[in-house]
Order: sequence, then structure tokens, then C-alpha cells
Amino acid sequence: MIPARHSFQEAGARARIRALLDAGTFREFCGPAQRHTSPHLPTLGMPVAFDEGVVVGEGAIDGRPVLIAAQEGAFMGGAVGEVHGAKITGLIERALDTRPDAVVLLLDSGGVRLHEANAGLIAVGEIQRAVFDARAAGIPVVTVIGGRNGCYGGTSIIARSCDRIIASEEGRLSVSGPEVIEAVEGVEEFDAQDRALVWRTMGAKHRRLIGEIDALVADDMEAFRGAVSESLGKSRPLDLDELEAEHARLAERLARFEGVSDAREIWAALGVNDPDRVSEIEADEFNRLVATLEGARA
Amino acid sequence: MNADAALSAPPVSSTERLIDALFDQASISRAGPLVTGTGTLDGQAIAILATAERAQIGADLALAMARNVLDVMREAPGRPILIVVDNSGHRLGRWDELMGNNGYLAHLSTCLYLARRRGHRVIGLVNELAVSAGFMALGMATDACYAMPEAEVRVMALNAMSRVTKVPLDRLTELCATSPVLGPGVANFIRVGALRGIWSGDLSAHLREALAEMPGERDTRRELGLERGGRTLARDIAAQVRAGV
Repeated sequence: MIPARHSFQEAGARARIRALLDAGTFREFCGPAQRHTSPHLPTLGMPVAFDEGVVVGEGAIDGRPVLIAAQEGAFMGGAVGEVHGAKITGLIERALDTRPDAVVLLLDSGGVRLHEANAGLIAVGEIQRAVFDARAAGIPVVTVIGGRNGCYGGTSIIARSCDRIIASEEGRLSVSGPEVIEAVEGVEEFDAQDRALVWRTMGAKHRRLIGEIDALVADDMEAFRGAVSESLGKSRPLDLDELEAEHARLAERLARFEGVSDAREIWAALGVNDPDRVSEIEADEFNRLVATLEGARA
Repeated sequence: MNADAALSAPPVSSTERLIDALFDQASISRAGPLVTGTGTLDGQAIAILATAERAQIGADLALAMARNVLDVMREAPGRPILIVVDNSGHRLGRWDELMGNNGYLAHLSTCLYLARRRGHRVIGLVNELAVSAGFMALGMATDACYAMPEAEVRVMALNAMSRVTKVPLDRLTELCATSPVLGPGVANFIRVGALRGIWSGDLSAHLREALAEMPGERDTRRELGLERGGRTLARDIAAQVRAGV
């Protein structure tokens, strides 16, 4: 019998943390009992959350210490406001003092919270800087994407500032939301109602194929836990050689795919025989495909 | 100027005029929206990384800017970098998203971070406009960012914000009068600590002063936001979480 999957996507922030960490190890900071809520939302007649839509704390995975943050996608689309952002910044900065085996960010967010836009934008910049400081100190920062909101806006830039990104098939990663592109540039440029288009432009499989994310997993807590566990203690250098290598990789992509308008053209060019099938295949088969393509390139 | 030259050369942008005013001497070249080069002030060479005409930052422009930062690190170790920020944010388009523009913007910020770690002073100056991710990837990636008096900084225009948040425009406009976290404008971004201050009058004097300042060990934007009353919780919440409380 195949055991029932425990969906990451369906779970809330606390359930995600519980499922990823060793049982009983989680200790939350600045928790809901302290009632550090947004002072800006009530001004606009909006409800507040006692945890400000993000849970932060420390615990262990396979007995190894980690710091972990989980955005609560059900509260304001996981959007980053002043307090929400400061909790994540403070958590990442704590890594400089406690030197955990990783900082794990479970991102599930549309980006900056417009109701406190300026504070949110700065917070996103401060989080990014904290990520760099942790990385420069040799502490790996791992992003996990698998919630309903995907990872958009400023949080998508944070994600790519980390050492590693793990996402489920359902994960999406892009700076612009489909609705924003359609609203500004027109439906001819991007039809936000076309779910297949959204998926193959911004979805995790496309991102994995072009090398923007590092691991794709099924929407299953154990699969996420395994992938996070494998990332512990593995940091990418933050030096000139590494950035030159990254630059060459990014430059090659733009040169190679100039003027391309559909992801399927890119997948075909990368060696995928049947681009129309990519959306249907399960994570295991997809990962075998990626391994074959990477083997062929090597 | 003859007619041929007028056709081939774009009109001089306000970014280029600003660069002229800042330095004793500046040698810059322009490729589309990208303006790069070197300026000299009191005999000191300063790398210039700028955009003009409220550029939209697509993956290609972000990459070209990152290239420039990498080159400065290789060819002129320690040389200060002045970023003249002038953008309408990231470019909204299908191709940029297919390429993963967030990765290109992150790469640009990462290069600027590494430059600062390697001892380059990185100063930002918002010329006409800085929008959202265009402010995050450039303005926030500096040691200190300033703005021209007429500049505009914003996350989103108020009418669009009203549509998305479903708060009526007149109510938003009214709230903006008292809340620095909500509305566009240089004054608000100064109060929340994102901008250090405004440069007006003797621009070279401002640049000289910014260059002379020793870079702090830590980012002080939170402290500034608290002192100026525009962002009163961020510093203490972050400190509390860092302490594990």
C-alpha cells in the first residue's frame, strides 16, 4: 500500500514547521502570545494576526540545529510588512550568533504588503542583506517553496539570494504576478487566466529545467524534509569566482533564448523530447528526466 | 548639431547631466538606458553605474549592470561606486519572466554586496524615479542611498494601490498625509530610513561627504527609521528575535 501523502501545500505555517523539524524541538520566538501585531493594518480597517503572518524559531532536523521561518500564506497572502519582515530579518541575523547548520525559509508570499508598502519594501531589502551576511559567514540559507501563493515580488528576489531553492511541482517563482503583467501590458502579453501559461512560465518545473531552482520534490512533507536535510551544512561560496560563474550561466541563457516566447521552445532546446508531457509527469519521473539532460550536457 | 547627429544620438538625459554636475570630470558612455564610466572628484576616481530615462529593468539590463560591478571589482579594487538610480522598476513582460528576472535582479544585488565586502564604498543617488524592485535591487544594496529633491520613490502608484487593496483612493490619499509607510515620495522614504537624505545645492560637496563617511559594520536603516519616527517597530522586533525571545 502506498502511504497517504501529507501535503505541504494544504498545511499552515505551524504544521509545516512541525512536519519538517524533529518532534518536540521547535522553540518559537516572538510568538502569538506576545501579540506583536501590525500597527498599520488597523488604520486601514484590516484585521491583524497575532503572529503577523510568519512563524520564526529554532529546532533540529536529524538532530542538527536549524533556524526556521514559515510565512502563513492564509494571512494577507503571506505579504511582508514591517513586523513580519523584521521577524525574518532578526531570525537570519541570529544565525551569526548561534551558527546553525542552516537557516530555512518557507516562503509563501505575493511579496510586499501594499497596506504598509514602504516598510515592507525596506524589510524585503533588509531580509536580503541578512541572507548575504549569513552566507558570507558560511551558514547556508535554504528557501522552500510549495505554498498556494508561490513566491513572488520581493520574496522571489530573496529566494534567489539564498544558497539553494527547493520547490514542489506546485511551486511558482517569479518577480511579477500574472495579473500585474496582464493589467499593465495587456492580455496579449500575458493572459493571467491561462493557468497552463502561468504554470509553464513561472512554475517549478520550468525553473528547475533552466537551473533557477536546485531540487524539485512532490507535494509531500517527507519529500520536503528529505531535501532540506540534504542541504544542511552545504553553503555556496560568496566570492568573485562564484559570481563570475553565475554570471556566465545567466548570460548564456539570455543569449541562447533571446526572443523566445514560450517555455516549451526552451525545454525542447534543452533536449526534452516531448515538451507537452512535462506538465503531466510526476516528480520522480521529472527528476529522472533532469538527471538525463544534465548527464547529456556534462 | 547637424541633423544626422541629432538622429543618431539620444538627447542627453537628466542622469548624464547629473553626473556632469557631480564630478570635476567624468568620462561616461551610454548604451540604451545604461550609463557607465568613471568620474573624478578631488583627484579620486569613482566608478559610475547609472541608468537613464526611468529605465525598466529587464533581465538583460540587470545582467549588464552586474557585469559592470564585477569588472570594477576586478579592475579597480576598492574604487568607490556611485549608483545613479533612475528606473520604473523591473520590466513587466513574458520573456523576462521566462528567463527568471528575479534571479537576475538577485545577482545584481549579490554583486553589489560582494563589492561592499571587498571594500568598495557603494553610494546610491535616486535621480528621477525608483520603483519597487528597482529600489530594492539598487537603493537597498548600497551603504547609503540619497535622493535628488525632485525624485520620486514608490512601491506602486496610489491609484493602482487602491485597486489592489480595495481601499478607496480618497481614503488612501488622506491616510498618506499622516502615514510614512504607505504612500509614495522621498519624504516618506527618508522617514522610514530607506533614504539617508536629500542632495541639493552643491552636489559635489554631498558626494564628498558621503564618500568620506566610514561604512558601518551594520546597516543602520532600522535605527534611522526609529529615530525619524517612520518605522518604529522594525529595529526592536528584529533585535528581540535575534536574541531568541
